[in-house]
Amino acid sequence: MYPARIEEVHPIRGGPRSLRYNTGKVALTAEEVRKIARLARLQLSEEELLRYAQQLSAVLDYAARLGEVDTSEIPPTATVLPLTAPLRPDEVRPSLPPDLMLSNAPFSEAGMFRVPRVLEEQS
Amino acid sequence: MAALTDLTLLEAADALRAGEVSSVELTRSCLDRIRAVDSRVHAFLTVTDDLALAQARAADNWLRQNPGGSAPLVHGIPLAVKDVLCVEGAPATAGSRILEGFRPPYSATSVSRLLTAGAVLVGKTNTDEFAMGSSTENSAYGVTHNPWNVDRVPGGSSGGSTAAVAARFCYAALGTDTGGSVRQPAAFCGVSGLKTSYGRVSRYGLIAFGSSLDTVGAIARSVADLEPVFRTMAGHDPLDATSMQSPVPEFELNGKGIRGLRIGVPKEYFIPGLQSEVESAVRQAITALEELGAQTREISLPHTDLALPVYYLIAPAEASANLARFDGVRYGPRRGPGSYPEDYFVTRGELFGPEVKRRIMLGTYALSAGYYDTYYGQAQKVRTLIKGDFETAFESVDLIACPVTPTTAFGIGAHGDDPLSMYLEDVFTLPANLAGIPALSFPVGFDSARLPIGMQLMAPHLAEDRLLQAAHAYQTATAWHREAPPL
Repeated sequence: MYPARIEEVHPIRGGPRSLRYNTGKVALTAEEVRKIARLARLQLSEEELLRYAQQLSAVLDYAARLGEVDTSEIPPTATVLPLTAPLRPDEVRPSLPPDLMLSNAPFSEAGMFRVPRVLEEQS
Repeated sequence: MAALTDLTLLEAADALRAGEVSSVELTRSCLDRIRAVDSRVHAFLTVTDDLALAQARAADNWLRQNPGGSAPLVHGIPLAVKDVLCVEGAPATAGSRILEGFRPPYSATSVSRLLTAGAVLVGKTNTDEFAMGSSTENSAYGVTHNPWNVDRVPGGSSGGSTAAVAARFCYAALGTDTGGSVRQPAAFCGVSGLKTSYGRVSRYGLIAFGSSLDTVGAIARSVADLEPVFRTMAGHDPLDATSMQSPVPEFELNGKGIRGLRIGVPKEYFIPGLQSEVESAVRQAITALEELGAQTREISLPHTDLALPVYYLIAPAEASANLARFDGVRYGPRRGPGSYPEDYFVTRGELFGPEVKRRIMLGTYALSAGYYDTYYGQAQKVRTLIKGDFETAFESVDLIACPVTPTTAFGIGAHGDDPLSMYLEDVFTLPANLAGIPALSFPVGFDSARLPIGMQLMAPHLAEDRLLQAAHAYQTATAWHREAPPL
C-alpha cells in the first residue's frame, strides 16, 4: 500500500525550498489511476500506473492547499476576456478541399477517414 | 564587416533597404551557420532550406520592383517558428511522435502575417511535447542545448526558438507562452522574449494546449528587434473568436521613455530559494530603471503562491480536452490491433510522452465526476483572486518588475523524473498567464558561471507598448543584450 506521507517515497528535490508543500493527505491508488487512464483513453503499463500514482498524488497534494482558500463569494474565471460570443453572418464559404484534409490520415478510403469497425454487424 | 548573422534584425533590415545585402545572402548566412553549429545546439527540428531560399528570392524581387524603402521591417528577414505553430508546406510535430509526419494544410495567422510581410522561414524549432515543460527535455526528438553552456537546458517550452535566436541562427523567432514558455527560456538563453496579452495575437493554427492561457509571442536579441515582429502578427483575426478587436496602438519605441513611469516591485517574488545572483542582478536593473527616471515602490500581490497549484489544475484540465483530438484517425500514425476502441488506447498510450500523459491524467482527474468542484472549480475561483491582485496593483503602478526564474539555467537531467520540482521553475511566470496580461523577459546580467539572468516586466492587458518602451529604454542605457554566447 501507499505510505501516508508521499514525501517518504517522493521527496520534492528541486525548486525553491520555500515553495515545497506536502500534507501527505492525497494518495491515489493504482486502481484509481487505472480508472483515470481509461477515461483518458490511454493504455498504460503497470510500471507507468505505479509511477503516475506517486507523481499525480504529489501534484494533487500540492494543489490541496487551494481548499484552504475561502472562495464562497468569488466567481470563477473561465476566460480573462470580457467577451460575448462574437457573431458573424451565416454565409457559405469555401472550405479546404477534402483531398487535402485526408492527406494526413493514416488510413482513408473513398474520400473518407477509415476507422476500425465500431458497431457489430446486425444479424 | 561583421558576420551577417551578427547583425540585429533592424540592422539587417536597413542593409536590405540600402541594397547593401540581399535577403538571399542573409538567408544563406543563417542556413550556413545552422549547418555548422546546430549539431551542438539542436535548436531545429526541421530546417526549411528550399522554402527559405524561395521566399528570400521573392523578397529580393519585390525589393527590386518596389524601391524607396516601403517594405515592412520584417521583409526579407530570416525567422524561425516553434513547432507548435502550423506552417503550410513544412512538418509540424509539436515535439510529439503522435504528430510524426503531419503536414498542416494551412498556416497559423501569426505566421502567415509575417510571411505576407515578406519574412523568410528558416525552420521549425524544438519544443517540449505540446509545449508542456520548462526545459525542452520533454521533446520526443531530443533535447536542445543552451548556447551559453551546452550542458545546461535552454529552458522551455520555446527552448528551440530562444536557443536559435541566441545562437545567431535567425534574427527573431516565434514562441508560445502558456505558463512562461517564452519568458523563461528567453531568460535562460539571454535574449528578449515577449508574452503577448491573451487575445492580442490570433491562436488560429496554434496546436492548442491550454485554450484560456495560450498566447503567441516573439523572441529576438533586443526589444527593438521584437517590436516589428509583434506589430506584424498582432491584431484581430476573424478565425479566432478570442482575438480582440482593439487595434495595436501606434507608438514610437523611443517615444515615451521611462520618465515618471510608476513601477511596482512585488515582495512575493523575492522569496527564499531565489538564487542570490538573480536577485542582485534584478535589483540592480530596478535601480537602473530608477536612474532612467522611473519611480519604484514595493507592492504586494498576495495570492502569488496560489498561482502554481491553480495553473497545474487549469492547464492540464484544458489540455486533457484539447488533446482528445489525437486519436490516430485524421492525422499522425495509428497503432494497435486494428479494432475499436483498442486502437485509441494503444495509439495514445504509445505515442504521447510521459509528461503529456501525466498532464492528460491530471486534467482528466481534475474534471472528473466527484472532483470537479474540489479541484477545477476551486482553481477557477482562485484564478479570479490572482487576476484581482493585478487589477488592484495596476490602479497605483504602470508596470511590475520582478525576476523571471528562481535560478539561472539548470543542468540537463537535473529534475530527473520529478515533475513537481520542474513545475516549481514556473512560479514567477504563471501569474501573467492566469491574468491574461502581457509580460516581457530581457537580459540584465550573468551569474558567476556566466549564465544569463533575465528580468520580467508585466503590464496591464493590451499595454504591450508600455512594456516595450520601458525595456527599450533600459537596453538603450545598458549592453547586456549585446553579449553573445561562446559557440
